[in-house]
Amino acid sequence: MVVAAADGGERAPAVELIGIDKRFGAVHANRNVNLRAEVGSIHGIVGENGAGKSTLMSILYGFYQADRGEVRVRGQRVRVTSPREAIDAGIGMVHQHFMLVDPFTVLENVMLGAEGGPLLARGREEAARALEALEREYALDVPLDGVVGELPVGIQQRVEILKALYRGADTLILDEPTGVLTPQEAEHLFRILGALRDQGKTVLLITHKLKEIMAVTDRVAVMRRGEMVADRETAATTREEIAELMVGRKVLLRVDKTPAKPDRPLLAVEDLRVVDRRGVERLKSVSFQVRAGEILGIAGVAGNGQSELLAALAGIAAPASGRILIDGQPVPAGTDPHAMRRLGMAHVPEDRLRDGLVPPFEARENIILGYHDDPRYNTGPLFDRANIRQSCLQEMQAYDVRPSDPELPAANFSGGNQQKLVVAREVERDPVVLLVGQPTRGVDIGAIEFIHRRLVALRDSGKAIVLVSVELDEIMSLADRILVMFDGRIAGEMGQEAADERVIGCMMAGVGPEEMAPEPHHVGAE
Amino acid sequence: MAGRATLPRWVDIGLIPLINLSLALFVSGIVVLIIGGNPIRAVGLLITGAFGDGQMVPHGEAIGFTLYYTTNYVFTGLAVAVAFHCGLFNIGGEGQAYIGGLGVGLVCLYLDFLPFVLIVPAAIIGAAVFGGAWAFIPAYLQAKRGSHIVITTIMFNFIAAALMVYLMVNLLIRPGQQSPESRAFAEHAVLPAFHEILGAIGIEVARSPVNLSLVWAIVACVFVWLFIWRTRWGYAVRTVGQNTRAAVYGGISPANTIIMAMLIGGAMAGFLGLNAVMGEHHRLLLNFQLGYGFGGIAVALMGRNHPLGVFLAALLFGILTQGGGELAFEMPQITREMVVVIQGLVILFAGALENMFRPRIAAYFLARSERTQAAT
Repeated sequence: MVVAAADGGERAPAVELIGIDKRFGAVHANRNVNLRAEVGSIHGIVGENGAGKSTLMSILYGFYQADRGEVRVRGQRVRVTSPREAIDAGIGMVHQHFMLVDPFTVLENVMLGAEGGPLLARGREEAARALEALEREYALDVPLDGVVGELPVGIQQRVEILKALYRGADTLILDEPTGVLTPQEAEHLFRILGALRDQGKTVLLITHKLKEIMAVTDRVAVMRRGEMVADRETAATTREEIAELMVGRKVLLRVDKTPAKPDRPLLAVEDLRVVDRRGVERLKSVSFQVRAGEILGIAGVAGNGQSELLAALAGIAAPASGRILIDGQPVPAGTDPHAMRRLGMAHVPEDRLRDGLVPPFEARENIILGYHDDPRYNTGPLFDRANIRQSCLQEMQAYDVRPSDPELPAANFSGGNQQKLVVAREVERDPVVLLVGQPTRGVDIGAIEFIHRRLVALRDSGKAIVLVSVELDEIMSLADRILVMFDGRIAGEMGQEAADERVIGCMMAGVGPEEMAPEPHHVGAE
Repeated sequence: MAGRATLPRWVDIGLIPLINLSLALFVSGIVVLIIGGNPIRAVGLLITGAFGDGQMVPHGEAIGFTLYYTTNYVFTGLAVAVAFHCGLFNIGGEGQAYIGGLGVGLVCLYLDFLPFVLIVPAAIIGAAVFGGAWAFIPAYLQAKRGSHIVITTIMFNFIAAALMVYLMVNLLIRPGQQSPESRAFAEHAVLPAFHEILGAIGIEVARSPVNLSLVWAIVACVFVWLFIWRTRWGYAVRTVGQNTRAAVYGGISPANTIIMAMLIGGAMAGFLGLNAVMGEHHRLLLNFQLGYGFGGIAVALMGRNHPLGVFLAALLFGILTQGGGELAFEMPQITREMVVVIQGLVILFAGALENMFRPRIAAYFLARSERTQAAT
């Protein structure tokens, strides 16, 4: 949907990347990549982790220099060697992790780096005037005097957009912008992107959510292993085709599973409360049960108590009050993660690199984390290295971890393979209850499919699974029953059949479920 | 994306340290030149000082002294290395060695009714318990209260020094003398020197202080290697050192692990007392540990916290200490302080500036391995 050029004639593309080639040591991150984004369009860029999308955008934004190839902005060849020069060339970027100063107001954040002289007063006035105009034009709905740290994530993101526009960006790069948003916030973002396009701005949208690509982009470019494998008109393609292009083979987007046959409760949580170090109550009297052969999904925007719930169940955070029962047996107070594992609680943590793995350790050392004093890994005081290596190799092969090299440090595996390593470790210990946090965050489609199949298989073998994810699609397709958390409480519950994205979205945003929920929500034991 | 090429091992632990060392010697040579000395002669003196010239100084004697110093550096180097694997910077080797020596001395003074075969293990235990105990307090404060271990171990060095002066001057001094030294240990309560052992089986070697502690130093290196890389406790130490959150997730208590690592580190430093007190001086005295605790930091840094590397770095420092002493003796321009400057340059280039050449050398070898891969 290219807006007709104002001058009527043939118009140069907003951004053109020609023959971009980039190597990092032995890794060929970009191979002769071409990309042409027209003025006034939304161009999606998809690909698995490590496909080279971020490298490509970093080259455009001046973080890296390409080994070969050229960058053209509106037909002019430019040399972008720093973000400063990218901004001067009219390219702005909204990072996945915001680059904002929390205690500053929106206005101060936007002015940062463009203060206009040693005294702030004049610059502030000018900025305020310009920002109000921008606000009106794109309906950004950002309070200029609000302190950034106190604003919701969705608005913080709009501050980033405002910042880029204020610096005169004609082309905006957004890196995984919806990862932290509720569905409603994401919709608002897409309306803003639409308005930007209609005003003749160009948007480059990096995402791994195919639904978003289909909903908002005009064209979509697909990268695989450093190469640009396709660039299509979005209207002329399908989700299935894009997924296939990304992975290089057919993939199943829906989770293939039979209805759950829930049995006796394996995990019961009664009035669980968690208070953090600063005395803030993070988990407010939460109760629920998970039955054998059931996946309980816990939806919610990040930071609403899900992490604290997982930490308490895994024994990492001591609950302030409440009880946890595993297979009917109450867990004694003060049980540490080590003892929790012995009681049959396995845990795939939300952040695998910070919690679940020791990045510089070899795979075989990571495969025993948490189980390192298991008798089968030790002979007397020494490790049984042959056995450890053997079981590492077996698990790597069973979980298709590539390369299946037990001596390779965990940091050198891709995100998907790291996650498979963690899942293998936790699932293969035959737990009673499996806690899973963000199982597919930063994981490529092929690995997602594999991990989902494993979780369903574990469920079918009669285990209880607690799945925490901020990906609503993942919860909706994988969980048999869904709890929504908001502000440390359970805001609602529903079965998979009854799940409705809008209703869950409202619960995630803290809108009272009474008028929204299609069925009465009953929390806890029945 | 996976399978990032790594450097060949011989480059990592052989070539790069060698380049750094050569550069340190080169800069030292310039310094010697500036103060009016002949750098070639200085290097010659350093080497004959450390290994003997076979005429004025017998080889056996010079090498014996070098190995004696090496033994001290091995113990304090291991003390730093073990703690470092747990992410702790143990600056307290000096104090731990001092108090460890006190433990050895007390055993030798008051348990000398035991026969030799029992007093040796008793002294080893004494060294480990006293050295470990001195490390325990900073470790406990770090683990439970979050007091930074660098600060507390430094303070404990001063406390150890003051305590030893008090004990030696007031309690342990041999009555009727001025110098603060204990009585000499009984003849069976000392570690025999190598020249005595070899002499007993008919091999004549020049007199030097190197003694059975050297064997214990090698045992300690093997023990540390096994402990760190082959046991679940060493695994816990490394996990806490690399990623404390993952340790908590894995059910490893960071507090207990910190205390364990520091206890072992303190025991290692304490073993210096075996060498200096029981092996060399044969009595308890002041400042037998002087400088080795801090030298151990450089040794661990240079040896990259691996026991083999620690041993090699300790050997280098033993050579610099012994050869440097001879150098200061033979060349009037070069004072003892000048020798410290040379040692400092070695530490600077081999430790602190370790990454100066590494990226370039790494890039060269990566490019080379890529070419060979492309060729095949």
